[in-house]
Order: sequence, then C-alpha cells, then structure tokens
Amino acid sequence: MRSRLEDFDVACPTNLSAALALLASGAARPGGVTPLAGATDLYVPFNAGHVAPTTFVSLHAVAEFKAPARWDGDIYTMGPLTTYADCRRDPRVARDLPLLVAAARELGALQIQNRGTWAGNVANASPAADGVPVLLAYDATLELTSPRGRRTLALADYFTGYKTSVRAGDELITAIAVPMPRPAAGAPPVRAFFRKVGTRRLQAISKVVAAGVLERDAAGIVTRARFALGSVAPVTVRARAVEAALTGRPLDARAAEAAASAVATDMAPIDDMRSTRDYRARIAAGLARAFAAADMA
Amino acid sequence: MIGESPTRTDGAAKVSGRALYIDDLPFEGVLHGKTIRTTVPRGRLRGVRFLPGVPWDEFVVVTAADIPGQNVIVLIEPDQPYLAHDVIRHVAEPVVLIAHADKGLVEKAATLVALDIDPLPGVFTIEDSVASAATGDAQHGADNMFKRYHVARGDAAAALAKAEVVVEGTYETGAQEQLYIETQGVVAIASAEKGVTVWGSMQCPYYVHKALGPVLGLPPEKVRVIQTVTGGGFGGKEEYPNVIAGHAALLSWKAGGRPVKLVYDRLEDMWATTKRHPSRTTIRAGFTRDGDLTALHIAVDLDGGAYVTLTPVVLSRATLHAAGAYRCDDVTIEARAVLTNAPPYGAFRGFGAPQTIFAIEMHMERAARVLGIDPLDLRRRNFLSAGDTLPTGQTLAEDPGLGTMLDEALAALGPRPAATPGGPWHGRGVATFFHGSGFTGSGEVKLASRAALEIAPDGRIRVLAASTDIGQGTNTVFTQIVAGRLGIALAAVEVVPPDTDIVPDSGPTVASRTSMVVGELLDRAAVDLKMAVEAGGPPSSGPEFVARAAAHVAAGKPRHYERQYEPPPGVSWDDATYTGDAYAAYAWSVHAVDVTIDRLTHQAEVADFVAVQEVGRVLHPILAAGQIEGGVAQGIGWALYEDVVLKDGAMVNHQLTNYILPTAADTVPIRTIFHERPYAHGPGGAKGIGELPMDGPAPAIGAAIADALGVLLPRIPFLPERILVAVDAAGGGKP
Amino acid sequence: MKLILKINGASRAIEAHPAKRLLDVLREECGLTGTKEGCGEGECGACTVLLDGRPVMSCLVPACQAQEATITTIEGLAARDGALHPMQAAFAHEGGAQCGICTPGMILAAVAWTRDLATADSVGEALAGNLCRCTGYTKIFAAVAAARGQGDGGGA
Repeated sequence: MRSRLEDFDVACPTNLSAALALLASGAARPGGVTPLAGATDLYVPFNAGHVAPTTFVSLHAVAEFKAPARWDGDIYTMGPLTTYADCRRDPRVARDLPLLVAAARELGALQIQNRGTWAGNVANASPAADGVPVLLAYDATLELTSPRGRRTLALADYFTGYKTSVRAGDELITAIAVPMPRPAAGAPPVRAFFRKVGTRRLQAISKVVAAGVLERDAAGIVTRARFALGSVAPVTVRARAVEAALTGRPLDARAAEAAASAVATDMAPIDDMRSTRDYRARIAAGLARAFAAADMA
Repeated sequence: MIGESPTRTDGAAKVSGRALYIDDLPFEGVLHGKTIRTTVPRGRLRGVRFLPGVPWDEFVVVTAADIPGQNVIVLIEPDQPYLAHDVIRHVAEPVVLIAHADKGLVEKAATLVALDIDPLPGVFTIEDSVASAATGDAQHGADNMFKRYHVARGDAAAALAKAEVVVEGTYETGAQEQLYIETQGVVAIASAEKGVTVWGSMQCPYYVHKALGPVLGLPPEKVRVIQTVTGGGFGGKEEYPNVIAGHAALLSWKAGGRPVKLVYDRLEDMWATTKRHPSRTTIRAGFTRDGDLTALHIAVDLDGGAYVTLTPVVLSRATLHAAGAYRCDDVTIEARAVLTNAPPYGAFRGFGAPQTIFAIEMHMERAARVLGIDPLDLRRRNFLSAGDTLPTGQTLAEDPGLGTMLDEALAALGPRPAATPGGPWHGRGVATFFHGSGFTGSGEVKLASRAALEIAPDGRIRVLAASTDIGQGTNTVFTQIVAGRLGIALAAVEVVPPDTDIVPDSGPTVASRTSMVVGELLDRAAVDLKMAVEAGGPPSSGPEFVARAAAHVAAGKPRHYERQYEPPPGVSWDDATYTGDAYAAYAWSVHAVDVTIDRLTHQAEVADFVAVQEVGRVLHPILAAGQIEGGVAQGIGWALYEDVVLKDGAMVNHQLTNYILPTAADTVPIRTIFHERPYAHGPGGAKGIGELPMDGPAPAIGAAIADALGVLLPRIPFLPERILVAVDAAGGGKP
Repeated sequence: MKLILKINGASRAIEAHPAKRLLDVLREECGLTGTKEGCGEGECGACTVLLDGRPVMSCLVPACQAQEATITTIEGLAARDGALHPMQAAFAHEGGAQCGICTPGMILAAVAWTRDLATADSVGEALAGNLCRCTGYTKIFAAVAAARGQGDGGGA
C-alpha cells in the first residue's frame, strides 16, 4: 500500500444532496474530489501510490443509491451502486439483456463482480472497460446529476477521449437506463453478441472486446445494427462503419466480409504490453465477421 | 508409512489462518524499511538528494557509506554490492535504504529521494553485450562473460560433416517470474554488541547466515537466521533473501538495534528481484536418413543480467541437460552466460534445464519433420537406455524405460479428440526428458550437508535440519522418513523450525535434493538412533520405542544423532574437464498434452495433460503429485501466458494485472502417473522430484502446436499474437 | 472514523482511517492475519474475505464502505470448538494447501461458491479470482469436490 492515508480525506455523505454538495466543493479543495463507488478500479492505482491526494466521496451510504435496479416496462434502470453481481442475479436481465450477464461474468472474478459497479466502469472511461461495449450495444442512456440539475444523454455521446468524458466535476452518474431490444412482428429474434478476447479466460483485461445487437425485419433484412468495441481506440467505441455496412441487407457471407472490412475505420488500435496493434486489428475484424455471420442467427 | 499420504503436518495451521508468515509476526517497536532503487540501467552515481516533504531527521537512512563490513553480497563472486555507490549496473539497483515507524510516511519519503546518476549506455542483448565488450567497454572481465562451459564427447564436427542429414535450429525462451504468492520479506535486529538475528521467508537459511557476517563485520557465531513459514519459493527465495536480509540488517544496525521489517509489495518484488534466465540455444544435429542421431553441436547462451549471482551454476545445469534424453556419441556443448544491464537473473525451478530441454525437444520435432519421420518414432529410436553414455561420460547403469513411459502417457491421453467443423485446431505433443537430482558433480561433496535427530526428554524425536518447507511438504516427508524408520507414530516426530542457532547446515533447499539427500541423512541418523536406543535389546516400535527413548535420555545417554553426506559409491566428477557423473541420480519423465487453438483468437490452451515420471520411490503420493501438478502448471504458464516485457532490461509489466498467470478457469486437472524404481541411495528409494515437472510442458505444448498448425514456433511464450504471425507466415493454418 | 464491524460473529468497534483497506483493518486493527496480501491490486485473491456473505478482495475495500457489515475471515470458518470447516479439512487432507499463502482466500472463495452455486458455472470460474502458484489447482479442485461430497453444498 503505497499511498499515505493521511494525505487523503474521505467523505461519506448519506443523501444525494449532500453528495452533490461535496462534489460541487471539489473545485475549492486541494486535489479535488473523487467519487468512490465499488473502488475496484480506483483502489488499484491507490494501492500503487498512483492517485494524487484527493477527497474521496464514498457513495455507499447515500440513501437514494440503495434502491435496487428496477424494470420499468422494457427499460432496466441501474443506480450508481448496481454491481455486476446484482445484474447476474436478476433472472429477467439474464433473459432480456443477456449481454449484461455475459459481460459481467467475464469482467472480473466473482470478488470483483460483487463490488464493481456499472456506473463506475462508465465513469472511469477506460478504453478497456468491459462493461461499456454491452451498454453501448444496447443503446443505454445515462442520467447525470449535479446541484445544477439533471440531464440525460446517450452513452455513445459520453466519452470524449482517453479516460475523459463530458461529465463535469460536480456531476454524478445517477442512473444507467438500458432498453431491452424487441424484434418486430414476424421478425427473427434479436441477435445479441458478446465476446471478450483477454489475456486469459477470466479475470483478465481485454485485448479486444466486442458487443453487438442486431435487429432484422420479417424478410431477414437488417433494420438496425449496433456494434461496440473496447481496447481498440482511446475510448470504447460504437463501430459505426460496421453498423452501416450491415444495415439494409441480409446477413450473408458478403455482409460478414463487409463488416470485417468496415471495422478498420472504426478503430485505432495500438501496441502495448498486453497485445499488438496488428493482433487487435485482426481480432476486431474477426469479431465483426462473427457478429454478422449468418450461421450464428 | 513411506508411500502413504498422511495429512501434511502444517495442514491444519495453514487452512485455519494460524500459520504465521513474516508479515504476520508482531515485533515491538518495529520500523518499516524501504529500498530506494535506480531507474536507469547503467551509469555513475553522482549523489543522493533528500527532498523536502517529510521529516527526514526522524528517518533511519543507510547508504553504502554506512555499511560496517564489506559492501558485497556473498554468493559466488564478490561483484554485487548491497548498495550501489559508484557504478550503476541495472534498473532497480538498490542505492539507499530508509526506515520509519510510520509505514505510510516511508512510502511518501521513498518518492522524495532523488538519485543523481550520469547515464552510460547499457547493453540489453547477448549480441550487444559481446559487441560492447569487443569495443573495450566490458563491464565484467574482458568480455562480459560470466561463465563458459565446454563439454565434448567424441568428435561432433567430424560426425556432422559425415551426417546424411543435418538439421539446424535456434530456440529462445523468455524470462519468467517465480511469483511465489508471499512476497519477499524479512525482519532484522542487528547491532555490534548483540549480533544479528533475521527472521524471514527463505529457502536457504545458511546462505543468509553466510552473507550477513561479512556485510556487518560480524563473526559467524553472532549471526542467527530463522526461517518463518514461507509462502512459496520456486528458486526465487534461494539467493535473493541474502539481499533483503542484509538490507534489513543494515537498517537495524543504523537504528541502534531496533527491529526493521522489509516486506516488498508485489510491484517491487516483480520489478527488482530475480527471474528465470532468458536463453537462446542453437542446435545442429546430424542424423542418418533413418533417424539415428549421430552428432550434436549445441550452443547455449544465457542472459545473466548485471551481476554473477548464481548464473554459473544455472549455466552448468543448462549445459548438462542440453543433449536431452537421447543417445549420441559425438556431442559438443558450448555454453556461455553473458552480462546485460538487467536486474540479475537467478534461480527458478529447473535452474537452466527447462531452457535447454525446450531447445532439444523442439529440435527433435523439427528434425522429425525434416526427416519425414513421426516425432514419437524419432524419439523412440534414439532414447537413452542402459549402457548408454551421457556427454560428460557418465554411463547409465539402468534402463530409464522411456519407451514404456511414452506408451503409458499416450494410452492415458487416449484417442485423439475429434475436430469439429469450425472448431479449434487440435494438436498433440510430447516431451521426453530427465532431470538430475541434487547438486551437480562434486557439489554435494563440497556442501557436506549435515542433519540430525535429537531425542526429547519425553522420548519424542526432534528433526534438526536446515531444509525449509516452502510448501512442498519437506516437514511432512521428513516426519514420515524418521517415523517410518523408527516405527513410531508421526505425532512422535517433530521437525524443528530452521534456526541456524539450533539446526546444522543441511545445505540449501534447492536442486531437488531435500528428500533424496537430506532425507537420506535423516534416515541414516534414525538407524543410528534406533541402534543406540535399542542397544542390542529386542527391537521395539510405537509407544514402547518412545518410552525406551525417554529412558535412554533419562539415563544420560547420547541424545543427538547426526549424519554427514557421503557420496554414493562409484560416483566421481572432475570439475576441471567437466567429465564424470554429473548427477548421482536422474529422474525421468514423459509429458503428453492435447492442445486446442482457437481459430479466431489463436489462443492455445491445454485441453488435457498427462505427466508420467520415474522419481524412484514415491514417499507421499499426494505431496509428490502436488509437486508434479504445480510444476506442470508453472511450465504451462511459461509456455503460454507468462511474458516478462522488458524495457531497459527491467520488467515493465510488473503487476499481476499485466503479467498473466493461468487461473483455475484456464487449468484442467493434470494427470500424474508414477513409475517407481527404488533408488538405492535415497530414503525409502526416493530420488529428486521438485524441478523435473518444469522441464516438459513448454516443449510438449510446442510440439502440440506444431502438430495442430503445421508450424513450429521456436520461441516461448507461445502468445496468440505470435501464433497468429506464424500461421500467417506459413500461409494459414491447417484446415 | 469509528467503524462498527461484525467480524466472525462478534461485533467490534474500531477506529480507522476511512480510506484504509479492509485488509489492513483486519490485519492491523483486529489482529486477523489469516487474511493475506498477495498483490494489492485485486488480482490474486489472497485477501479474499466474505463481506455480507459474498467474497470480495479486501485490498480493494475502503474501510468506510464496510461500515456495519458482516465479515467472515478464515479465522471465523472453523466451529467454535476448533473443528475445521469441511472445506478446510478437505484442503488439508487432499493436498489443496502447499505453501498456504493463497489458502485462506481460496477456501473462502470455495465456501462462498458451495453456499451459492448459482454464482459460477464451474469450480474453475468460482476460483478464477484466486491465484495459486504451488498446486496447479488440481488438488484444489479435488478438495472442493471432496468438501461438496461432505454436504456443504447447501450451507448457511
């Protein structure tokens, strides 16, 4: 443990307005304020001495955040403290939003799933955030709350760069709304795709992670495709070119090749200690192809 | 009792959290130490600055100038300082030690020490090191060579010239981190008046004992080293504890004898401590068209890192295993270990042998493909058997039975798995090999290890040995050997925790020697003790023997029975010519593996693994299988996952997040089969076991990947990125 | 801050910095050194404890977030008379513990899974957060299977 505790302050607000007031006070505090949800990401650099002294605002005691995630019709809404384990335990999520369960299972060990939060994964804005591509694929929206009010925006509009986002210093992610996709009448079932290619099977950081949702009409023509990638760009990305390449056509071998070719324009992979640029590019193309592959319908 | 699997003696303590490791032990008034290390690979130290931000006057600070004795870490050569004071040879080299009672403050202070170093150009590859020395910039001797060996039998050059087929190949292995889950740690109390006592996590208390005297300027009798429960070693706690123990002792000395704790966190442990030597081995092999091996020329290069440490001995074992388990009358082995500006490489299970066995086994795979012979048939054709002679001139008295072991391994794997359309590539591979038990050549004679038994007043028997239980189960096996010989209950035998004030020097806990060598000493001591207690009377056992032993002590008769190593008859070795009996005994093994490779990710995974081995008599089947399974898992890690990424010679991925060990989710149960051929000079017939299983997985997996893809990868780890490149280069994998 | 923790069945009041790792609170304030630090980055699982019944990496839990929680450490697994929990006994008998440093966390993760098998599809998945360098996991799998055979599958 390389951080010196005395250099850090911790606030444990018990209600939302107190939490927001603390966040708003960040500008006046040396080192600012740092919201702390499940701590599974933040405490890694904290242990390593890589977090500058700050005031942690622990969200665990906030009364409003203790409500469990809820279903409103076809929309699943998670709070700031909804964990991966919470998701895995919800049978309706398993049935209607299976990508959330798939991602939660592979995101980290059970010990991490029991503590890590979806909102924290979004807030940290890591390009390797394994929880984000599935949320992007489901077209999730975020609710951001500050003392100035609330706003909602598409998750796809949230990230601005490597570990940066549109979230202001006084804003908290207070909800993540995930709509359940439904097939049109007579159409084939919605295709949901998730594959994480990590350094090992579980408890791994992804080299490439992909998630996709694909809707078709009764004739089998793709009406809507959403495909998202992690670890291949400074941010987790919607692969718009892949989506465009697949939309308006049947899922055949040519579609799969079009998706595989298109993905190159959706990413900017790099060499790092976990993998290589070339490998990531090849795997991403393979994942786009697999997403579109007709035999997986 | 021998051959049974009683619950390990420390089992209950370990599963209940009661076993106390070094970081668990309370020391009144303890100071927390920290090592300030370089971040440049080579240079000259100009000065040290202590920046404001902490109350420096409250700190204990040690630099080279504070060392009361010699600033030299005692191992083989006196080239490595405890604290650098002039020449900087590698990243993470220790320069300053600090300590304070407030651990958080120590961490903060560590960020406020500035080392002013004039950088010099480092060398990070064997070629660069040799080239740099040739231009006059040698850092060790005249040529940057730590050690060379030349082993020759017959005339390899002539045999190669005559060979019908010559196959050449070069094979490389990467560094590997031992990754004991308990990091390095010690506590020291040291002063001129009272001497020094060190408690810690270690394999070799007497290595530490030997090192502490010179650095503190103390005679041996004022040095005491106590091993605490040790959370894994695998070689990583063979020589490195000399360093950390010396550092803690220096801090305590400067602090006037207050206890100082130095426990590395994982980041420092992975960044700064020893790892397996990277290697490159080039083999030229001559064959007849039918596949008879007629000539071998093997050139072995090890990257030694910045200081000599144990590298010459590692190179020796690499050399002596380089020709593999194959008969060949004309062999030349040229081995060298070279300086680079990397943190020193060191002991790791297998100790050089896994590197060269990888090379020779992969080369047999390559040769089989060149010759158009099945790789298994090529091996069988050339297996060592009784009467064959190893490159050092040692003749095998017994047939190792490799062919039978290979049959058994293949039978255990069963029919090849059926491929599914679009499913993964499947491959099957084997490795066939041996591993020498105990120290090389005359090493055991020089060690002259001692171990003793002592009768307690109540008649129970105390085992006095410096051998450490680092998880492998030494204490349980010693208990079995002694209790078995005396015919008493296991509970009537107690292994005294290693403490150099109490136990004799039984040699280091390394080299697969503890059960075979030290266990044999204890078995002989038990014979002596039994004869003395029974004193010509009727034999006895169980509680009756314990009662007689108590009466023996009460009568004032000798309580202490010690034995010293004697070489088995007929074993001889000549260090000058590097010929003779390299090892008194060899363990033999065949590994067979089924591998799958994902068609998209190109990730290779082990689907099934069978390890057949002949280790003499199996003393404790559960512990023995545990040694094999654990060693195989480390070998699988080295082969498939564990990539030490180096920059300026130092590990950049020195976190568990980025240095990848296989987890339980990546691991299939490893199947072990023992052939037992009792060895005449080991306790109950046992030979060495600990290192053997490290040797086979990498080449067996390499062979399986070659089988699956038709592409032979000459370098580990077999990361999916490398497999993908290799498959592309070969024009795609098999359909 | 003042923390009220229910540890191994007993309520304790502890004074600790709110950012202190639960791992350190247990080891330093409570003297429960059976919980080990292997990496300090949530990778190795040696620090696994049960927090409100679920396994967590205690090196990644700020003390303030454990306020009023129920915590089980390895010291709290055996019966009050000292009899080993079936999982502990199985690890000792089957060779699931070698050096022992991963063992407390490994056992707690295994116990949590046998109490709620729905949390993972396999023993490999259940223990993927607990690294062992000694055993190759083979004997750990055997120990978990043996303990389940002793009827711990239901659990509390």
